Amino acid sequence: MELLAFGKTGWGDELFYATLMTIAVSVTAMLIGFFFALIFTPLKLSKNKFLNLIGNFYTTVIRGVPELLVIYLFFFGGSGAIMFVASMFGYFEYIEINAFITGAFAIGIISGAYSTEVFRGAIQSIDKGQFEASKVLGIKKHIQFYKVILPQMLRLAIPNLSNVWQITLKDTSLISVTGLVEIMRQSYIAAGSTRDPLFFYSFAAVLYLLVTYFSMKLINKLELKYSRGY
Amino acid sequence: MDFELMINSLPKLLNATVITLKLLSASLFFGLFIGLLFAVLRMNKNTIINKFAYGYSYVFRGTPLLVQIFIIYYGLGQIEYLRSTILWVILKEPYWCAIIAFALNTGAYTSEILRSAFQTIKPGMIEAGKSLGISSKIIFYKIQIPIAIRQSLPAYGNEIILMLKGTSLASTVTLMDLTGVAKYIISTTFKPIEVFIVAGGIYLFMTFLVHNTIKYLERKFSY
Repeated sequence: MELLAFGKTGWGDELFYATLMTIAVSVTAMLIGFFFALIFTPLKLSKNKFLNLIGNFYTTVIRGVPELLVIYLFFFGGSGAIMFVASMFGYFEYIEINAFITGAFAIGIISGAYSTEVFRGAIQSIDKGQFEASKVLGIKKHIQFYKVILPQMLRLAIPNLSNVWQITLKDTSLISVTGLVEIMRQSYIAAGSTRDPLFFYSFAAVLYLLVTYFSMKLINKLELKYSRGY
Repeated sequence: MDFELMINSLPKLLNATVITLKLLSASLFFGLFIGLLFAVLRMNKNTIINKFAYGYSYVFRGTPLLVQIFIIYYGLGQIEYLRSTILWVILKEPYWCAIIAFALNTGAYTSEILRSAFQTIKPGMIEAGKSLGISSKIIFYKIQIPIAIRQSLPAYGNEIILMLKGTSLASTVTLMDLTGVAKYIISTTFKPIEVFIVAGGIYLFMTFLVHNTIKYLERKFSY
């Protein structure tokens, strides 16, 4: 227990902040993922073959390639790509991007591919009559989406989105390889300096379980809220 | 685009793919047994056994695979007692540590897949078997298992693909699998995009093969 003391003698406060960092990265990545899903879900549902191909390419490639490989691409390629753009504007200094942004972006792209699939499935399982009925009632297209389709879609999507959240949360452990101090990285540092890896990695596992447990409770509440009337 | 690098790195990456495939097949093999065992335990009427099996799958599905590998590879070596037993021969090898972690992880997911497959079997099938005077052991092997396999094929196919991607974590415990070699080439040449395309292409090809094999099997076993 001494090892977990707060303050200078233990690793309690460090691990606490690392847990907050894990939550922050996961939430950011999830939101970036939603942004990608917002772009790619319409592409996947589009009748245009070319747009369809782009949508399928994104979800197939990202879901078929290991997360770690995607993270390495961003970690090693991220600053290179930005420096290339900067060099076109005559800036040749070395640019280092923040590990948080690189990590959240890499995980966000992965999370987005899963979210896209969830949204696509949810929209496709909404009864065709709902679209037709709102059309007959003369509801405008964007109001139809926000007031008719979206509420029904969320109800169907939330259980699957909670899976995506769990995947995203666990994937953030992989950005420890880029040096961002989240649960995994902090445990690695603590394990190295105390020579007690068994304790710290087991404790990391407990922290992940706690985050999962409490976030699932929150999601269940959301699920109840959106399934009112069913 | 450095096409020369892409062509030069292809043989090295293909060589590393062999290790990835070895890790994958060994983990799936042991994972299937672990999964079947825990699926059976989950359906046991004894609450303690039941809770134990549930706890196993909850812990292994709720924590990142990276933590599990690190606990087994770095953590278990810390226990003095283990170092003196015969188990140490296995546990000091990163290769076997990775396989143990992968097998335990995929075992947890497989147990969930098999459990839900067993639960979807209509009670009428088992009752029919019983009324024909077939022993419950044979009902399990000849009726429940074949139906469960058919039911769980699509989900198990996804699990194989997840595990294929999971083997990339072996590179974090010094194994030179496909991702490990890819990272090495990237860090020596600083050409991440080229290497990503080749290594990612190999992974995608394997995913494609798994996907189509499962689809073929689904059609073959459909009734």
